[in-house]
Amino acid sequence: MDKNPKVVGMLARYESAGALLKAAEKLRDSKYSKFDCHSPFPIHGMDDAMGLKRSPVGYFAGLGGTIGLSVGLGLQWWTSTVGYPLVISGKPLNSYQAFIPVAFGLTILFAALGAFAAMLIFNKMPQFWHIVFHSDQFAKFSDDGFFVSVEATDPKFDEATTRVLLESIGGTDLEVLQES
Amino acid sequence: MSSNSEIVQTEPNTFAGITESVSRVAERKTTPLWLLLIGATGSLVMVLLGSLGFLVYEGIGIWGLNVPVAWGWAIVNFVFWVGIGHAGTLISAILFLFRQQWRTAINRFAEAMTIFAVMCALIFPGVHVGRIWAVYWIFPIPNQMSLWPNFRSPLLWDVFAVSIYFTCSALFWYTGLIPDLATLRDRAVSKVKKIIFGVLSLGWRGGNRQWKHYELAYLILAGVSTPLVLSVHSVVSTDFAVSIVPGWHSTIFPPYFVAGAIFSGFAMVLTLGIIVRKVFALEHIITVMHLEKMNKIMLLTGMMVGYAYAMEFFIAWYSGNIYESFTFVNRAFGPYAWAYWTMVSCNVIVPQLFWFKKLRTSIVVMFIASILINVGMWFERFVIVMSLARDYLPASWDYYSPTIWDILTFVGSFGLFLFLFLIFCRFLPIVAMSEVKGGLPEADPHYDPNGGGH
Repeated sequence: MDKNPKVVGMLARYESAGALLKAAEKLRDSKYSKFDCHSPFPIHGMDDAMGLKRSPVGYFAGLGGTIGLSVGLGLQWWTSTVGYPLVISGKPLNSYQAFIPVAFGLTILFAALGAFAAMLIFNKMPQFWHIVFHSDQFAKFSDDGFFVSVEATDPKFDEATTRVLLESIGGTDLEVLQES
Repeated sequence: MSSNSEIVQTEPNTFAGITESVSRVAERKTTPLWLLLIGATGSLVMVLLGSLGFLVYEGIGIWGLNVPVAWGWAIVNFVFWVGIGHAGTLISAILFLFRQQWRTAINRFAEAMTIFAVMCALIFPGVHVGRIWAVYWIFPIPNQMSLWPNFRSPLLWDVFAVSIYFTCSALFWYTGLIPDLATLRDRAVSKVKKIIFGVLSLGWRGGNRQWKHYELAYLILAGVSTPLVLSVHSVVSTDFAVSIVPGWHSTIFPPYFVAGAIFSGFAMVLTLGIIVRKVFALEHIITVMHLEKMNKIMLLTGMMVGYAYAMEFFIAWYSGNIYESFTFVNRAFGPYAWAYWTMVSCNVIVPQLFWFKKLRTSIVVMFIASILINVGMWFERFVIVMSLARDYLPASWDYYSPTIWDILTFVGSFGLFLFLFLIFCRFLPIVAMSEVKGGLPEADPHYDPNGGGH
């Protein structure tokens, strides 16, 4: 183990959702890029305050839905006309009207799976290691705590100035996160 | 939003207060009552497994099925359980899209109820095939016989609709659970619990970079579940509506079934909710206001169901079809008149109580009404299926009665439902904590504790 454990980031606690939002705006305006605002619930307006773009999860749900619809229609068309052509109650082999319920169901299924999978991928979940887990007070985020974490890999990160900034915008219980 | 403040009714809820009152339910020691109930319901699960085992061994001849009634309790129970599931998805998806903040108090256990009800439902068509070892034939799997399923059959649509419904409900439920599982992880004292909840919560750390994707995914899941829930019971109704049987072959079936499903589902949510809030001391989260709103939905859907009953009768007469009108007169005055009038009393008359504020805010009244409504909704499906007992050919008319195995299987499915629900209540957060917190006034970043508006 190193004598001087490596500093990996900094954590500060804020007293309310409103204070966290203001802190996020300050960090965004100070050109920080690798920081995050942790809260027990999503806070309205936080994406703008942090300067985040809209999540691309929707495109993946759309992609999933398109695949589901194609698979649904393709599967039913192929099995009914090529794989196992069988006339049932005098209907045409490709009786696409009757294929709607299953194609619809598969569209929904694949869209839901697409949204879920994209959410996990973009959130890099499951990820059981993160600098914030080095902190003991961080566990409060899932109860009633509001935290800002800044990663040491942020180009603007500097132990002294970041600390001053976080404190100047109302941060308390400031903690330097170290690799153990 | 005015609805935000309605959540806090009896005592000033705080973020920490909500965490504490919900988490402690999952964290406290196992109570003797829970053990007793899990033993009782576990025994019923054994009854279910036993009756299913005997069914596989002996065949579906052990049920009361025969010509002309070749569909008996199995289909009745299937439709009954799928219907119950619908309220969970309605609460979690449709009310979410309509920004009905009050749903947060009840959505979690209603979604759990959905999943367990659909599991119970899936048992019945699964075992009804008789040769259960060939049940995989219903799936489009390449096989050595070069056979494929018939996609023009509503029974196959059902396989897809209900299994997709189950999968999407489970995804939706789990997505909603992630932040709350993280809460249990962060509060866990024992190493084992820390690891289990740590793995289940997938390393959630509540950063806005995660919430951003999470919220959109949740919205999309709600968005796709909404048409799904409306379609599932419509597809179930086509099992009947596509066949050429008087009393079944009707275009009113899809909306009529969906309304009935939501009606019965809310009754089940209410039954369970009243017990849960009492037993786990959650009266300040699941308030009378929530129960009253559910009663209003039941009043509405109950009248939609009543309208469907009336309209079926009207069309039977108006169509001039003698088979159709015979079937309906036979329903109301034939050998199954007792079932018909049970259905009407429970589903049409009982919800009328909820016109009165005093009655729809009375716990006792709504508890009894919710049970009666579920009885009535079971009988609704029974009445529909029993149209078979008097078919086109009077020589084959018969009176259907269930056997002891029909009854044990149904009772056993209730055992399974309650067994799973008890396990859920014991180990998982029964209220969506992060969503309830997000609905509190102080969750608004512009909240002013001194009461100033903005």
